[in-house]
Amino acid sequence: MGIRRGLNFKIMTTEELKNVKSNLVVDARGTACPGPLLAAKKAIGEIESGEIMEILSADEGTKNDIPRWCEKVGHEYLGFYDEDSFSRLFLIKE
Amino acid sequence: METSNEITLEMLQKQVDALSKKVGKLEKNRKDQLSIAVVSGDLDKVLAAMVISLAAAAMDTQVKLFFSFWSLSALRDPKKYPKGKDFISKMFGMMLPTGKDKLSLSNMNMGGMGPMMIKMLMKKQNVMSLGEMFKQAGELGVEITICEMSMGLMGFKAEEMIDYPHLRYAGAATFVADAGESAMQLFI
Repeated sequence: MGIRRGLNFKIMTTEELKNVKSNLVVDARGTACPGPLLAAKKAIGEIESGEIMEILSADEGTKNDIPRWCEKVGHEYLGFYDEDSFSRLFLIKE
Repeated sequence: METSNEITLEMLQKQVDALSKKVGKLEKNRKDQLSIAVVSGDLDKVLAAMVISLAAAAMDTQVKLFFSFWSLSALRDPKKYPKGKDFISKMFGMMLPTGKDKLSLSNMNMGGMGPMMIKMLMKKQNVMSLGEMFKQAGELGVEITICEMSMGLMGFKAEEMIDYPHLRYAGAATFVADAGESAMQLFI
């Protein structure tokens, strides 16, 4: 953790991420770019600082976009892991 | 001795004032802001402008769009019928697309087949429609400025433009001023 560079880079391992308890799960599987980012941006207001948000996305580009967003806005990106047809991305709100 | 000291202090004060003025100007120069001059009225190009704007707005960047020339067609509301237009304005109004759903593609338009196919594909791939993008943009505070001069040129009236929460009419100087303080400027 702490290293936010390295896009599309798993910062936490899949096993670690599977044990993460998310405070909020945002299901953005029904939208393509930039839908998941918009969904994440809207949902981030619903959690407190330090809480964990999980984003479900079927859009490949989002795996790069969410870490860039975190980097810019200040949230801590934890990483992602792939499910069958989508990915789960994790971050801690600033 | 005392007098010379006073003079230096005065000079210093002057220099500090000048510097703080300069720093203020520099800070204003590179705001976290995106300015786009949207000139093209093609479906693909307006889509590109909107996708970039939405991504920027989601990343907390202030977005200011300046719509001029052909892009004005995208802002027309097909349900509004303005009155009191002269002959040429009426002709222009008839020849130009009435709204964002009637835009053509810059490539592979094929008499309207292209846009139809693109819209089908967009739906299939879960890409937002232009209408949905404008709605989201409004919610995210994306500002749209309509070029007053283009409006006059094309014979469009304010009454036939879409209802958008952050819409204003202005001239080129507004774009130049906005773009000048933006960290990003694009021309589409």
